Amino acid sequence: MSASSTAEVPFVPKTNVGRITNFVDERVGGSGILREFGRKVFPDHWSFMFGEVALYSFVILLMSGTFLTFFFDPSMAETHYTGSYTPLSNVEMSVAYNSSLNISFDIRGGLFFRQVHHWAALLFVASLGVHMLRVFFTGAFRKPREMNWVVGGVLLILAMAEGFTGYSLPDDLLSGNGLRIIDGVIKSIPVIGTYISFFLFGGEFPGTAIIGRLYVLHILLVPAMILLMIVIHLFMVVVHKHTQYPGPGRNDGNVVGYPLGPVYAAKAGGFFFIVFGVVALMAAMFTINPIWNYGPYDPSPVSAGTQPDWYIGFVDGALRLMPGVVNDFHFEYIIFGHVLTLNVLLPALVPAGIIFTVLFTYPWIERWITKDDREHHVLDRPRNAPTRTAIGVAGFTWYCVMWAAAGSDLIATHFHVALNDVTYWLRTLFFIGPIIAFMVTKRVALALQRKDREIALHGRETGRIVRLPHGEFIEVHAPLDDYKQYKLVGFESPSPLSAEPNEHGVVTRKEKRRAALSKWFFEDRVAPATPAELEAAHGHGHHEAIEAGEEQKSLSH
Amino acid sequence: MGNHSDGSPNHSGTVATAGQNDVEKFQDPGLPPHRLRLADTDPRAAKRAERQVAILFGISVIGTVIFLVSYFAIDLGQDSTIATIRTQNLLLGLGTAFAMLGIGTGIVHWAKALMPDHEVSEERHAIRAEEDRQAAVRIVEDIVEETGIKRRPLIRNTLLGAVALAPLPALAVFGDLGPRPDDKLAHTMWAPQDGKLKRLTRDPDGTPIKASDVTIGSAFHVIPEGLNELQEGKLNAKAKAVVLLMRLNPDDLTISKGRETWSYNGIVAYSKICTHVGCPVALYEQQTHHLLCPCHQSTFDLTKECKVIFGPASRPLPQLPIAVDAEGYLVATSDFKEPVGPSYWERDEHERLINS
Repeated sequence: MSASSTAEVPFVPKTNVGRITNFVDERVGGSGILREFGRKVFPDHWSFMFGEVALYSFVILLMSGTFLTFFFDPSMAETHYTGSYTPLSNVEMSVAYNSSLNISFDIRGGLFFRQVHHWAALLFVASLGVHMLRVFFTGAFRKPREMNWVVGGVLLILAMAEGFTGYSLPDDLLSGNGLRIIDGVIKSIPVIGTYISFFLFGGEFPGTAIIGRLYVLHILLVPAMILLMIVIHLFMVVVHKHTQYPGPGRNDGNVVGYPLGPVYAAKAGGFFFIVFGVVALMAAMFTINPIWNYGPYDPSPVSAGTQPDWYIGFVDGALRLMPGVVNDFHFEYIIFGHVLTLNVLLPALVPAGIIFTVLFTYPWIERWITKDDREHHVLDRPRNAPTRTAIGVAGFTWYCVMWAAAGSDLIATHFHVALNDVTYWLRTLFFIGPIIAFMVTKRVALALQRKDREIALHGRETGRIVRLPHGEFIEVHAPLDDYKQYKLVGFESPSPLSAEPNEHGVVTRKEKRRAALSKWFFEDRVAPATPAELEAAHGHGHHEAIEAGEEQKSLSH
Repeated sequence: MGNHSDGSPNHSGTVATAGQNDVEKFQDPGLPPHRLRLADTDPRAAKRAERQVAILFGISVIGTVIFLVSYFAIDLGQDSTIATIRTQNLLLGLGTAFAMLGIGTGIVHWAKALMPDHEVSEERHAIRAEEDRQAAVRIVEDIVEETGIKRRPLIRNTLLGAVALAPLPALAVFGDLGPRPDDKLAHTMWAPQDGKLKRLTRDPDGTPIKASDVTIGSAFHVIPEGLNELQEGKLNAKAKAVVLLMRLNPDDLTISKGRETWSYNGIVAYSKICTHVGCPVALYEQQTHHLLCPCHQSTFDLTKECKVIFGPASRPLPQLPIAVDAEGYLVATSDFKEPVGPSYWERDEHERLINS
């Protein structure tokens, strides 16, 4: 240290909190961190909470899961049940299933922790999914956040893997049949499928190794990877600072919100307890996965209406939708003496492959089409990016069709319709559903934009009817204040970017394709209202403006 | 730290910079004026909010007590029933829910009603400075230069080769996670042992089935004789050998060439393992003679040798050739003539092996 600093009067904290803070600071230099983060500004919006729900569910999963590991035994050795659930007395079962039953019936609070763990797992994947939808529809994945979007996608895959490995552990009939399906899918992989199956199960299905192996993946490897990804994810959130919704006073150069301490920290911290409380309420009141009803795994029986956990549903649904035989064409055929079983391979890999490929590459696809290389910190309202919103809804619809197909038998029994018809309809929707969803969503988004224009130019309807001296009735429109007005007009509406020659003066074929996509992306657009238009609208007088509104919109095609 | 807005748009410091001189666009009016809450102006309202927060925290305490009481007061002894467990689960859950929701809603209410709610605007800083970037590029270049990897291709190439080969042991170790498949999937327990044909027995108790017990329209879940006595690999054997046995009117059956001796008096036996991904095809529709897999709804027509008539399966269920022994019990005259269960790469090879 220099002489000048020793000459200064040393800092003496006055309060207890100050003394503790100073103690830590002198040893780890915390003041820099506190100065950076203590009052860091976070924008506030209800839709930012889904990511928090995911994070908090994960914390709940770690806590409840740790409790479960104290009592769960992943052995597949045979034993006879002697616990207090009499309907299964003396039934032959694996040690894993036996210990799951003991957790449910003979360990105080065990059933509660099992239910908390399962509900939190369902909530974890659900909130991850909804969070990603929010990020997609608001354009939060744009530069500089593309990599964080990819990390989020990896987290979604890891969460599904974590969920599936956990689902298989109790070794009850339902989870055993789930593994049976996985085994069937693995065996359909060309060349190495049979070997992978034998290596995974330690021999023939079901063997005696799989539960122990999945257990290690479930409690060690996958959660460690999830934790690592969460750390990277949050680190990048800090580096980028959070995005914010558009509005008065908000732009790409600032962050408007509440400081971390105390308001944001209190709200976010309090929210953890709320999430935990809601999960506890669900665990208290709604039974999830009553393994004692299913019995131990046995390759012979199966219960009707079996369902995987919801997040595996879309793959299971795709498996159900694929026909094995069309007329006399078999999707399983023999090439060079080997079996290629496309009726399993295609639905298991292709839809999930397409969804995750598009998901991971979408930020770059959009950036290439729009040639937009700027940083974006202000979100898009979904209506102000009609084509992107339509793409998202189309993808989501596709997912939902497959997801619904996983419950085709339940749809048939609950609504008293033929199972085959449900499948035929869903097969049709698999192809045309996304197209319809795309068109409808785009129209709805454009219509909402027009409504925004209408309100921005002519004010809001007051509901007050006035009779004019010559007898005409009009509804009075009240002008918006500057802040509400800005929210409706302060957005960008890019127009198609035509093909441009490169540095050699050549318009490449790739550039032409890009221009065509750009046209598809932006040709239907509603331009934000301008001050000049507002001026013109006011000149007309209110009632005329309403009728004239349609013509005034500069909807360019 | 950013500017603490005093609410006046003129002083918010957040006027849009983009398009400021653009007459075609609306000007950003800046942050809306701050609105005071009731608790900011009325001390009584603030006091009321304070009490509400305290009550919520109090509810949390009650929740914790409920948890502890139901944890210790309800005994899971040997005489406890499902109802006891359900009650305890409900009370533990409600206790936890109150304890957590009390704290959570209390803190959030505190933050929303009493903590300062001034929105603050903070400037974003560039993620990187141009100066840093140039320095970083220089550092990377210097590091690469100092290693000399570009000047010494021999080192580079041998390193690449060594690194490329290094993961091979991991692959080899992975290969020992399980035995190799060989032809295990091609055989089941139904193959006759020491010339003795295996009887068809009931699942799960293993009692043999007399042909005379199988009436028209009935169905049996069947396992091979001796399965229950297996010491090891019982589930593995069962996962391949389970069979559905049904009796139809012989006139309803279409029997192809080579299978004339596989059934007995309208009694037929088919593998219960779905040829799609291996679920048990457990649902028999007696009226239509269809077999339905509850997992993915593959449907097989029993009268047409279990041909696929709906769903994702592509192959018929394999048929087990059966006959009746001297005592009138049903027996399998041989193993399945093709591998059972889901398809796999070597399946066709195995089928040829079985039939050679």
